Amino acid sequence: MSLRRLWAIFLKELRQLRRDRITAAMIIGIPVIQLTLFGYAINTNVRGLDAGISDQSNTAASRALVMDLLATGVVAPKAVVRTPGELMDQIRQGRISVGIAIPPDFERRRAEGRESVQVLVDGSDTAVQNAVTQLLQMPLDTGPDRRVPRASTPPSGAIAVVSFYNPERRSAVNIVPGLIGVILTMTMVLFTAIAIVRERERGNMELLIATPLTSAELMIGKVLPYIGIGLVQTSLVLLLGVFLFAVPVRGSLFDVYLAAGLLIVANLALGLLISTRAQSQFQAMQMSFFVFLPSILLSGFMFPFAGMPRPIQVVAEALPLTHFLRLIRGVMLRGGSLWEMWHEVAALLAFTAVMMTLAIARFRKRLD
Amino acid sequence: MTREGDIAIRARGLTKRFGTLVAVDNVDLEVPARQVYGFLGPNGSGKSTTIRMLCGLLTPTEGDIDVLGLRIPEQAEQLRRRIGYMTQKFSLFEDLTVRENFEFVAAIQGVPKSRTQARIDELVERFHFTDRQKQLAGTMSGGQRQRLALACAVIHEPELLFLDEPTSAVDPESRREFWEKLFELADAGTTLLVSTHLMDEAERCHHLAIINRGVMVANGTPDELTGGLAGRTLAITAGEPRAAQRALADVPGVLGVAQVGNVLRVLLASAEGGAGHPDAARQRIEEALAKAGLQARIEPVAPDLEDVFVAATRRPAEDRPPAERAA
Repeated sequence: MSLRRLWAIFLKELRQLRRDRITAAMIIGIPVIQLTLFGYAINTNVRGLDAGISDQSNTAASRALVMDLLATGVVAPKAVVRTPGELMDQIRQGRISVGIAIPPDFERRRAEGRESVQVLVDGSDTAVQNAVTQLLQMPLDTGPDRRVPRASTPPSGAIAVVSFYNPERRSAVNIVPGLIGVILTMTMVLFTAIAIVRERERGNMELLIATPLTSAELMIGKVLPYIGIGLVQTSLVLLLGVFLFAVPVRGSLFDVYLAAGLLIVANLALGLLISTRAQSQFQAMQMSFFVFLPSILLSGFMFPFAGMPRPIQVVAEALPLTHFLRLIRGVMLRGGSLWEMWHEVAALLAFTAVMMTLAIARFRKRLD
Repeated sequence: MTREGDIAIRARGLTKRFGTLVAVDNVDLEVPARQVYGFLGPNGSGKSTTIRMLCGLLTPTEGDIDVLGLRIPEQAEQLRRRIGYMTQKFSLFEDLTVRENFEFVAAIQGVPKSRTQARIDELVERFHFTDRQKQLAGTMSGGQRQRLALACAVIHEPELLFLDEPTSAVDPESRREFWEKLFELADAGTTLLVSTHLMDEAERCHHLAIINRGVMVANGTPDELTGGLAGRTLAITAGEPRAAQRALADVPGVLGVAQVGNVLRVLLASAEGGAGHPDAARQRIEEALAKAGLQARIEPVAPDLEDVFVAATRRPAEDRPPAERAA
């Protein structure tokens, strides 16, 4: 391994990157766009639903219940009406999504353990329905009707779910740390896969392999600049996450970067392996997507890992993003340290070692 | 370093098959050191494949290769420090400047750090890039790129330089200039192996091997090769050259008829190859032209490398399928 040749490749790569406006724009553009999309638009927890309230009981207990419901932030008071019938009218007119009807005999019903509160939901939007279901921690039957006429409130003493770490149930808190991983998976694999294939397509590779340059020098020299780029992207997502979405960083910032660094090298090694197979930049892109989709779907970024069937979990364990998500959520949201999650670190390191070895072994300084 | 009279490259029974295609078929090769050795052949004849095998980029299917005393492909890594390779397609980095390309190649080729800047300055001067050091390689003309590629290929002063169709995309003026650089290198002791499909380029080589469909069909100095065709080339000046060409296509003993302006160049087969005595062949040509009712003047003419190529690759008229004859 010659440091001088390694440096030459590294410097060349940086100089080329500096002149490649589109790639440079992607380096910044992808994290910003993704963060905005996921952070603002894809919000699985609905908040501030317009609610109408009809409190026919109007006792201290009923008022306390209403205040509790409003305090969750899921519903926001829009109208106070007298009868449940008016609530239904308002729902039909689309003025409110949720109606809370408290009957005159609320206290007696509650004492007897009967249904004491009726919540009317505009069932035409399932997200709204889910939000209210979560709110009440009780299943709601949905009839063919767009309204859900039957509902119950938890009797006092029923199971209360307490959410740690994200009590406000904000999606961004959950999504932003994961998004670091998704963005790194998307860009790092693609950039390296393309970087080597492009060299082959443009004919540079024939020049390179006819020189004393070794496979390892070429591979490592090519990925080094991207480690820096990956860390820049990480910083960008972190900064935007903290300032736009008030995502907490409870663990050490060093651990956050270390975890990101582990994912970056894992993805770069995977990208290199792809590049030894792909014949064209287009193929490299297709193969990167082949990895990217399962990463997004199975890693636990979109759907909880625990809910997946066993064979899928096995596949998910083989994806670097799965391990990174556990690490980054642990560090950023739970304030854990990498040391406490050493087996996830080990999994990422092992992935990198295997991919890098395969890539260097597969890369031939030959044309046949 | 090689000396005068050494053999720089020696190959025996060199064969390369890609599936069922035989790209290079049992080629024997001896390239003398410190000379410009040419590979002449049409596109797809196996020139590039041969060069790639000689510098260790392709593994031969069969055959032995010895380059600068090293066994190839086994010792290809050691060879790479001692050779320069200029690819057919421009393979430097178009999005790097001239100077950056030089710096990159110098580092990769292991030019000592202390000498790098001086060596680059020297090449910049010699190859006329003084005003263009900061220009991106991709924005230069074909001739300039070729010059840059050559300069980068010799940055580490290789003993042996492979050039794969170096000037096929370059104007004649740049080509002449380029060849002057090649001879400078040969004078300085470098062995050069140049592939080309251009006759005027082949003429300049010290030694020439003609390759067709993977087979080496002739080799020698350009003078030896053209001298071997003495008396077999005729120039026919006719009023209607196209008609005359058609009239001559099937005459026994005529290997090829090519129109050059208003003149037809006719190549006769060798005496053993079916033409008989050259005078007899000339007699048949006159008869064929008279039969077609064409007036023509027939004169002997000096053979050139194109004639050599045709003579080496064409079988006499009667052996050829009709479709090929008119060509």
